[in-house]
Amino acid sequence: MAVCVAVIAKENYPLYIRSAPTENELKFHYMVHTSLDVVDEKISAMGKALVDQRELYLGLLYPTEDYKVYGYVTNSKVKFVMVVDSSNTALRDNEIRSMFRKLHNSYTDVMCNPFYNPGDRIQSRAFDNMVTSMMIQVC
Amino acid sequence: MEAAAGGGCGSGPPPLLLSEGEQQCYSELFARCAGATGGGPGPVPPDATRVAPGTATAAAGPVADLFRASQLPAETLHQITELCGAKRVGYFGPTQFYIALKLIAAAQSGLPVRIESIKCELPLPRFMMSKNDGEIRFGNPAELHGTKAQIPYLTTEKNSFKRTDDEDKQETQSPTMSPLASPPSSPPHYQRVPLSHGYSKLRSSTEQMHPAPYEARQPLVQPEGPSSGGSGSKPLRHQASLIRSFSVERELQDSSSSYPDEPWRITAEQREYYVNQFRSLQPDPSSFISGSVAKNFFTKSKLSIPELSYIWELSDADCDGALTLPEFCAAFHLIVARKNGYPLPEGLPPTLQPDYLQAAFPKPKRECALYDSYSESLPANQQPRDLNRMEKASVKDMADFPVPTQDVTGDDKQALKSATNEALPKDVSEEPATPKDSNSLKARPRSRSYSSTSIEEAMKRGEDPPTPPPRPQKTHSRASSLDLNKVFQPSMPATKSGLLPPPPALPPRPCPSQSEQVSEAELLPQLNRAPSQTAESSPAKKDTPYSQPPSKPIRRKLRPENQTTENQEPPTTVSGPAPVATVKPHPTVQKQSSKQKKAIQTAIRKNKEANAVLARLNSELQQQLKEVHQERIALENQLEQLRPVTVL
Repeated sequence: MAVCVAVIAKENYPLYIRSAPTENELKFHYMVHTSLDVVDEKISAMGKALVDQRELYLGLLYPTEDYKVYGYVTNSKVKFVMVVDSSNTALRDNEIRSMFRKLHNSYTDVMCNPFYNPGDRIQSRAFDNMVTSMMIQVC
Repeated sequence: MEAAAGGGCGSGPPPLLLSEGEQQCYSELFARCAGATGGGPGPVPPDATRVAPGTATAAAGPVADLFRASQLPAETLHQITELCGAKRVGYFGPTQFYIALKLIAAAQSGLPVRIESIKCELPLPRFMMSKNDGEIRFGNPAELHGTKAQIPYLTTEKNSFKRTDDEDKQETQSPTMSPLASPPSSPPHYQRVPLSHGYSKLRSSTEQMHPAPYEARQPLVQPEGPSSGGSGSKPLRHQASLIRSFSVERELQDSSSSYPDEPWRITAEQREYYVNQFRSLQPDPSSFISGSVAKNFFTKSKLSIPELSYIWELSDADCDGALTLPEFCAAFHLIVARKNGYPLPEGLPPTLQPDYLQAAFPKPKRECALYDSYSESLPANQQPRDLNRMEKASVKDMADFPVPTQDVTGDDKQALKSATNEALPKDVSEEPATPKDSNSLKARPRSRSYSSTSIEEAMKRGEDPPTPPPRPQKTHSRASSLDLNKVFQPSMPATKSGLLPPPPALPPRPCPSQSEQVSEAELLPQLNRAPSQTAESSPAKKDTPYSQPPSKPIRRKLRPENQTTENQEPPTTVSGPAPVATVKPHPTVQKQSSKQKKAIQTAIRKNKEANAVLARLNSELQQQLKEVHQERIALENQLEQLRPVTVL
C-alpha cells in the first residue's frame, strides 16, 4: 500500500527510509523531506498547551497529483511519514492509522533493544519485515 | 586415479598423479558436484575414493560454483577449464574434474596454469564456499596427507549430522567417510546444512572442555556410518580425544532426533552454563535481566553490535527490553552459535523459543564452576597450538562450555564441541565481522588445539566458557541499585514521617538562591562529620540553608523532609545529602561491620561529595544563565524599541 515509509528523528534526519523499489527513490526522499515542514506546522498549530492531548496521527499532510503523504508524530518528536499512491482510493483513513500504529509498535520494539542507540539508523530485521509487509500489501 | 586420468583423457592432459589425500578430496568434490545435481552417482562409498567414478559426470552448475569458490579470476578459470579438457569433451568427467582441481590448486599456489604445473606435488585447492556452506577452507598445504582430504563442508552439505566431532571418530574409524555415504538423512537436510553443521559443531564445541583441534577439514564423517578406510592419516585426529569420539558418536545418534535444526538445541550442559551465567547477572532465576545489564554482558562476547542487536531481536520474544531466563538462554545460545560461525537464523528456531526452553529444561541448579573462565576465554588464547585454521577462534572460548569433559556423560556437548571446533562455515554474507573474526580466529584456534597429551591438562584447567568480567564483589553492577539497597534498608525504618525516603540517587541540591558558599561551608563540616552521627547538628545547619525558600520547585518536596530532621534523618536531599545519606546508613551499616560495606560507604561518600560539587557548579551556572537571559531580554526590548526607527 505504502509506496514509501520513512522514520524521521527528532532532529529531522532520517532514521529509516524505504521506498518501493520500482520508483525513483530520490523523488520520495524529497517528498518526505518537504513534508517535514508540514509536520512541524501541524505540530505547532496544535498549540503547546495541548502537547499532552495532541493526537499522534496527523492525517493527510499534503496531496500531490500522484501521491498522498500522511504523517504521524510520537511524543518524542519522532516522525513517521508515509507516502501512498493516490490511485489507491480504497485506502481509508482507518487503515492508514492502523499502519501508523503498527509502525509505532515496531519502532518501540526497536527501541527496546539495548543494542540500539537512539539516533542510529534502524537496522532491525523485524522492522524491515513489518515495513515490507506494509509496502506490498496491496500492490 | 592415475590410470583413470590417463585413460580418460586420451591424448589430452597427461596422467595425473594424485596423492591419497588429493584423491579423496577430489573424489569427494566430484561426487558432490555430481551428486548435487541429483543426477550423479549414488553415494560413493568411502573406499571408492580411489576409484574414479568413471561413469559420472559433474554437472556444470555445481562445478562452476566450486570453481568460483576457489576465488580465482574468471580468466584463470576459463583457462583451467580448457586445459582440463572439459571444453573439449563437453562435460566434466572425473578426469577432467580432477585435472581442473589440480590446476586450481596450482593456480592458487601461484603457479602458471599449465599442464606441466600439475605434475608436481601441490597443496589441495582451496575453495571458499559462500551461501550455505559458509567459508570452507580445506586443503592446508601443511596437511597434505589425509586430513585435508575431507571436505567437511562440502560433505556436510549432504550430511547434516556428521559434523559432530568427526575428528575424533576419525581416530577410531575411518575418517574420510565420503559425504555421500552419509546416512540417508542427509539429503533432506540439504537445505539445513548450515544449521546442522552448526548444531554438530556447536555441540561438539560445547561438549569439549578443551579446544579440540577440529578443523574444517576434519572430515565430518557420519558417526553412524563408520567411514571405511578413510584417510587414517589425519594428524589432527590425534589431537582429538578418543573419549570424545565415542561420545560424539553416541551423541550424534541422540541428536538426530526430533528437531531437524540441531544446532539450535540447547543441551543440558549448555543450559546449566547459561543458567549459571544468568544467576551471576541476576540472582533470581525467575526474574529478568535488564537490557543494559544484558548488553554489557553480551558485548563481552566480542560480536559486532549489529549482530548482537539482531540476536537480541530474535531472543527477546516479548520485546520488553529485558531477558527472562529462557530468553537469556536463547540469546546466549545464538551468540555461541554465531561465534562458532553459524549464520544467524532468520527467525528464532523452535528449539529456542522461550516456552520450549522452559518446558524442556526445568532450570538445573547444578553449579557450574567453569563459567569463571568466561573472561579468560574471550580475550583468547591459551598457548597457541599449531592447529590449522580454527575458524572459530573466538568460539573456542565460548565453545569451551562448562562441559566437564571428565563427565563423559556429556556426550552431546562433546560432539557438538568438536563439531564446532571444526572449521565452521562462516556465512560470508554475514556481517563483516565474520571475515574479520575468521582471520583473527585463525590465531586463536591454534591456541586451542590440543595434542592428545594435553587434553588432560586442558580438562583440568577447565576450558571454561568465557566468564563474564569479574563481578564487583557481591554488589550490583549498577551503583544506583546499590545505593538504593544500602540506603533504603536503614532509612526505611528510620523514616518517621510518611514521606518517601529521600531518594539517595538524587544529588545533593544546595539551595540555588542560597549562597553556595554557605552550603559549601555546611557541606564540608557535614561531610567531615558524616561518620559521626551528629544528626542533630546537621539538621540544624540544614535548616538555615533552607530557611530561604528554595527557588526550584523541587526543593519544596524536600522541605517537608527537612522538617523531619529532628530525627536523625536529615533529608538526604538537603544540602548535605552526602553526609546525611552516609550518616543514615552509617549507624546501621556499622552494625554489619563488613569491610565491603565500608568500602561501599566510602564510595558512596565520595560520589556524594562529587555530586555536591557538581550540583553546586550546576546551580552557579544556572544563576549565570538566568542573568544572561535577563540581559538578552533587555537587549531584545531595546531592539524592539529601536526597530521602528530603523527602516527595514
